[in-house]
Amino acid sequence: MVAASETLAPLSGGWFLDNAWLAPVVPTIGFALIVLFGKRLPKKGSEIGVLSLLASLVVASGAAWQWIQRVNSAAEEQFVAPVVRTWSWWQAGGVEFTIGQHVDGLTVTVLFVVAFISTLVQIYSLEYLRGDRRYTHFFAALTLFSAGMLAMVVAEDMILFLLGWEIMGLCSFMLIGHWWEDGANSRAALKAFFTVRTGDMGLLVGIAILFFAANEWTTENLGLSGFSIRGISAWALSGDPNSTVILMAAIALFIACIGKSGQFPLHTWLPDAMAGPTPVSSLLHSSTMVVAGVFLVARLYPVFFAGLDILGPSSNVIMVIAAITIVIAAALAFVQTDIKRVLAYSTVSQLGYMMLGLGAGAWLPAVFHIFTHAFFKACLFLCAGSISHSASHHSFDMKKDMGGLRKHMPITFAAWIVSTLALCGVFPFSGFFSKDEIIDNVGGNGYTFFMIVGLAGAFLTAAYMTRATYLTFFGEPRGAAAGEHDAHESDAHDDAHAHDAHASDSHDAHDAHTEHAGPHESGVLITAPIAILAVLAIFAGLFNATPFGESWEYMKKWVEPRAAVVAEAHAGGPGESLIVAVPSAEEGHSKSPCGKETPQDGICYAPQLNHAKFKWSKALLSLAIVFAGIAVSWLLSAAFYGRRDPRLVGLTQRNGLARAGYRLLANKYYLDDLYERGIVGNVSGPLARGAYWFNQNVLDGILHGVARAAKAVAHVVYRDIDQRLVDGAVNASADATKSAGATVQPIQSGRVGHYGALLFATAAVAALVFVILNT
Amino acid sequence: MLTSQFLLLGAILFCIGVYGVIARKNAVLVLMSIELILNSVNINLLAFALRNGSADGHTFALYIIAVAAAEVGVGLAMVLLIYRNRRSIGLDELSEMRG
Repeated sequence: MVAASETLAPLSGGWFLDNAWLAPVVPTIGFALIVLFGKRLPKKGSEIGVLSLLASLVVASGAAWQWIQRVNSAAEEQFVAPVVRTWSWWQAGGVEFTIGQHVDGLTVTVLFVVAFISTLVQIYSLEYLRGDRRYTHFFAALTLFSAGMLAMVVAEDMILFLLGWEIMGLCSFMLIGHWWEDGANSRAALKAFFTVRTGDMGLLVGIAILFFAANEWTTENLGLSGFSIRGISAWALSGDPNSTVILMAAIALFIACIGKSGQFPLHTWLPDAMAGPTPVSSLLHSSTMVVAGVFLVARLYPVFFAGLDILGPSSNVIMVIAAITIVIAAALAFVQTDIKRVLAYSTVSQLGYMMLGLGAGAWLPAVFHIFTHAFFKACLFLCAGSISHSASHHSFDMKKDMGGLRKHMPITFAAWIVSTLALCGVFPFSGFFSKDEIIDNVGGNGYTFFMIVGLAGAFLTAAYMTRATYLTFFGEPRGAAAGEHDAHESDAHDDAHAHDAHASDSHDAHDAHTEHAGPHESGVLITAPIAILAVLAIFAGLFNATPFGESWEYMKKWVEPRAAVVAEAHAGGPGESLIVAVPSAEEGHSKSPCGKETPQDGICYAPQLNHAKFKWSKALLSLAIVFAGIAVSWLLSAAFYGRRDPRLVGLTQRNGLARAGYRLLANKYYLDDLYERGIVGNVSGPLARGAYWFNQNVLDGILHGVARAAKAVAHVVYRDIDQRLVDGAVNASADATKSAGATVQPIQSGRVGHYGALLFATAAVAALVFVILNT
Repeated sequence: MLTSQFLLLGAILFCIGVYGVIARKNAVLVLMSIELILNSVNINLLAFALRNGSADGHTFALYIIAVAAAEVGVGLAMVLLIYRNRRSIGLDELSEMRG
């Protein structure tokens, strides 16, 4: 062991790192400006939204660049301290609440992704929502959403984190219900809001538990409050926490993640959230907001690491939930006819991968999957929007209104194919590098069963995406894609109604140029964001291309917090920490004690994690599984949808097993029924009936008995005591009161003002008496 | 010490509020004046809490803010109903409570 080598390199900083808090602040101001002045501006406020997010993107990119410089300026195993700035917010009962920024590798990664995709989606929305009735409000909500997410990402403590988290929930509700005139849309918005709120209880409880458990330790050792993310992380690994308390905190926080990130069993809101406009689905419900739960786990990883015994011998709750989510969501994607719902279930499934990675100790691959998934999933959604905008006449129904679109929409088609390959995890597209790393590391950490689940999920992913691709772009054009506009109008489309009913003004303008043109490629404001995202879907994987060797693992170097034991200089600001024990480098892995045992002379901010050694044999196996999925699905899709093979068509009617399976999937495992009828109905019904029975029989019985007894007693009392004794006295006093009342009656003028004057005059007299008595 | 300035501000606000309650005829303005009175009390509580370094005053002030919100809700509902019945919110025209 090479201990106590104090090779301290001063860490470099920079303006963008110090001022990363501007990234959420600028869109917040932008939001206020849009709300106040948006309608009077020439572009109805959209220009403020785009400009404020461009500014955020500049700040985020600058911060990312300077963070890389900062990491490069550090020594090999040195802990790279986050750039923290705090301001006092308010003070109560001896606890100081601060507001501030905490910028490290994870922050800059997500900050960049959110700012980048938000900007592209806003540009896309300029065209997609042109002429919409609530154009200005749409951009206001979209900008506020980005501000909330960015605030959550840079948050220094859990209070600001919670604030950003809730702002996102609110914006999600507003944007899903953007076309609220349709009852289905506002129901979807409410469902999303309440489902996520159910989980959010967990966040509040978790933050409270962490605060009360950690505050004493953090105040004493670090001079931080129990809300500080740094403080909580260090506390979780310090050996101080009680194992039950930290387990409760981890589970409470994970419940919040289940709600926000659409994990089983609270995933049901996410597919319904597709009722919102497509840019919203692309930004909120695929690439950014829903990864907030994953981000929470990644951010407070030490709490989960210590609380749930990650890397321990048995599986933990995160992995189990994630594995269930991966498989059930992927299976559900097969029975959807709405292209956006396929993508929504795909998102749920991919979020399951991220959670699986985090639960199995594969922190870096999971975070890398956030990064790559954001690009290709946003691209897929924008492609779906482009198709509905320009080819299928505002319908998202793959079976009725799509097919054969590859000739008409070359750019959308190319971007879709690239992103699909990335999602399936085909080498060398970006999804391969991240998803394969997750599966590889889950296996590498000894969780073989979950690795198999991951591989099965990869097979299903490839298969359902192939089905969706076939239905959309290949085969014969159907419905609106074939130019059947009139038939479409009389068709009762579930998915087109949003546009048809509400954006009627844009709809008419739209008809004017599509009616004669048929399916065609979308305008440049739509195709440009798609093309940019498609390019990133190809190349984003190269940021951590493990197969090409150590030198390609940029993410590992720049983003993963180093698990060094740090002696925090108390008074010193960030960046003045010392390394006290540089661990030895055995087998390429440093053996830091962090996470495994209590650090003796310092503090750990991150647990020591393992990285699986990349083997081409394993990668080839998963690639073979993916290609098998694509091939099987292609053959079945071509036979079923293309040639209408009689052996396959109607199988669900003929075969009992197939029918049962289909019905289970078509009814989404009856989870919605369980929630709506089962829980809401059964809880409220019997509860009310039981309460009624209790009221009728028990309470009323007691009441009747008491009443009868009272009546008998009262009779006696009435005749003897009341009439003769009491009434005499009462009548006498009543006469006295009556005469007194007649004197005071004029004061009762009925005017409130007079009463007020009397009240205050009395109070003034009382105050005077007090003053005299006390002097 | 700043406390006396705070107390002075509270007293001034209180007087303005009392004047409004007694002299104003418009029910909404009377409600607003009551808010002023409540807030002047809040300022007093906070001033003393700051001077004594205890959190009790802060807690109380928060509590008062919540109660004041509820009070305005009820008050405005009453004003609305009075307006529906009488097409006016002038308090001087209301004297049904006369004894």
